[in-house]
Amino acid sequence: MLKNLASEVKASMGIFEADADDNYGILAEFENPGALYHAAQDVHNEGYRRFDTYSPFPIHGMDKAMGLGNSKVGYLTLGGGFFGLALATWLQWWTGAIVYPINVSGKPLFAIEPSIPIMFELTILFAAAATVGGMLVMNGLPRPFNPLFYSERFQKVTDDGFFLAVAANDKKFNLVETRTFLERMGAVHIEVIKDIPND
Amino acid sequence: MSTASTALQPETSGADFHDEEPLVSGNMSFHDITELVSHHTEKKTPRAWLLAFAVASTVMSLLLLMIAYLFWNGVGVWGLNNPVSWGYAIVNFVFWVGIGHAGTLISAILFLFRQQWRTAINRTAEAMTIFAVICALVFPGIHVGRVWVAYWMFPIPNQMGMWPQFRSPLLWDVFAVSVYFTVSLMFWYVGMIPDLATLRDRSSKKIRQKVMGVLAMGWTGSNRHWRNYEKAYLLLAALATPLVLSVHSVVSFDFAVSIVPGWHTTIFPPYFVAGAIFSGFAMVVTLLVISRKVFGIENIITIKHLERMNIIILLTGSMVGFAYITEFFIAWYSGVQYEQYAFINRAFGPYAWAYWTMMSCNLLVPQLFWFKKLRRSIVVMFVISIFVNIGMWFERFVIVVTSLHRDYLPSSWDYYTPTAVDVLTFVGTFGLFFTFFLLFLRFLPMVAVSEVKGITPQANPHFYDHSGDGQSVEHTVETGENS
Repeated sequence: MLKNLASEVKASMGIFEADADDNYGILAEFENPGALYHAAQDVHNEGYRRFDTYSPFPIHGMDKAMGLGNSKVGYLTLGGGFFGLALATWLQWWTGAIVYPINVSGKPLFAIEPSIPIMFELTILFAAAATVGGMLVMNGLPRPFNPLFYSERFQKVTDDGFFLAVAANDKKFNLVETRTFLERMGAVHIEVIKDIPND
Repeated sequence: MSTASTALQPETSGADFHDEEPLVSGNMSFHDITELVSHHTEKKTPRAWLLAFAVASTVMSLLLLMIAYLFWNGVGVWGLNNPVSWGYAIVNFVFWVGIGHAGTLISAILFLFRQQWRTAINRTAEAMTIFAVICALVFPGIHVGRVWVAYWMFPIPNQMGMWPQFRSPLLWDVFAVSVYFTVSLMFWYVGMIPDLATLRDRSSKKIRQKVMGVLAMGWTGSNRHWRNYEKAYLLLAALATPLVLSVHSVVSFDFAVSIVPGWHTTIFPPYFVAGAIFSGFAMVVTLLVISRKVFGIENIITIKHLERMNIIILLTGSMVGFAYITEFFIAWYSGVQYEQYAFINRAFGPYAWAYWTMMSCNLLVPQLFWFKKLRRSIVVMFVISIFVNIGMWFERFVIVVTSLHRDYLPSSWDYYTPTAVDVLTFVGTFGLFFTFFLLFLRFLPMVAVSEVKGITPQANPHFYDHSGDGQSVEHTVETGENS
């Protein structure tokens, strides 16, 4: 149960476990963003869920083609913003009115108006930090080791390569059938990626 | 994106706006774009770069020398006197912070407005922001007199049980600028992750691969990652937009919240923000005109990009000029004699030379950009951008010095003259700026490669549907196995 949940969460980050034969998945290369887009649509329609596409730039509409919903990063941004706002309010009130009160021309020790700039700045600071941190966590980054790096061709992915990988731990995955299916989708090159532990 | 009309004309389907000139000229493929930008970080260090770096770092060491001299002797080595207790340090601080604003405007505000032309220039502009803010942060750090207690500026728990005064605009400034720096740095780095991965995958040297690998954090261009990444980028842009407007507003509070005639005006926040964007764009033009030529990336940073920046310079320059005139009007209209005197003194007093330098550089010179021919001329825009840089420095000088040097009490009036240490410290910050900028140009991708690829027409997946060379579903299923 817990193991399944962990596997599901990791899959959402694009991290998949290898199967018993150390197969990580099948990596298929496509010619251009259009071909990759249609292939992703078909792979999803065929019933595969644990697969990912890789491209040098985000492809418009790919989330929908892959059947992925909206990113949840925004909730963390909101949370970070509220935290920053609360921190700034507390900090200014506690230091100014409680532990270190200084009378300046009889002005109130704490008031909302002069506190607004710092409330604003800390809201932004923590919202931004939560956004970046949340994005990295949700993506499972930093991830120094990735079995896909074993593939020579995969180096093109940050230049002009368009790839689709079906994970070996997908329910529908079958070394032969998935491969044939991807070939039919028009992949220009296909290889099996092994996840070799302690190489 | 895929409407019936764009599907029929696939060659224009990537562009969102109607324009005769493409954003990336020269008909480049994805690989060409990667190659063009990346090879500058991979080739052997050019002699010209080494020479430029030697000059820049020498000037930077001048800054370090001046700071050391200052620390040893105290702020008496500066030209500050009794009424003018804020001199070059604050002028330079505001100048450098202002420069930074264009970077955030390009990266955040233009992103929210879906201005795709920003992709060619945003990386350089953001780098400029970071380095300019570093230069700015030097001054509040060193101008406090007793530098060993500079940490009092931050709310750090200490054995004295002492806390900063949160009702002071100067403290707001500490927060505004440091938050601005931190968020800009995050924004810049996040934007660079995919390109660092590109450099990692291209590198043949082991060490380079390791360094870039660590910086890229294992980026693979996975769509599951792009999904969160794009959302995060959008949110960062949305956060940075009010932030950039707030930073110079808060900087202007340093002046506006005081009761000094010439400072105590409500127009300051918007006027400072417009001025900041104005000066920042001028600096971006200055830097890009040179670097696009040196690095041969005229196809990515085209004359059209420069022209658009010049239009923004014209717009913000006119806003700033309008603010100068409004200030004058309000001073007269207020009926306050101190306020009126401050402005008459600004324009016709002992600092009239600085005032009219500011007026001509900021209000008059950019008006030349009304002419299309002039705003598309590299030489003209370079010269004008230099004028704007000078004019905007003088604006801060005029605001700070002319308002202070004649206060309410005529017996304490004085004339402020900077010392050699003042001038050399300021010159030194240019060394600091260009040292960082040259390192950036040498080791990091100066154009957002993945973003530029993303705005080319062939990046649109529907570009291939009807053009015949694509692999639309029906097409591949018919032809069968071809691998």
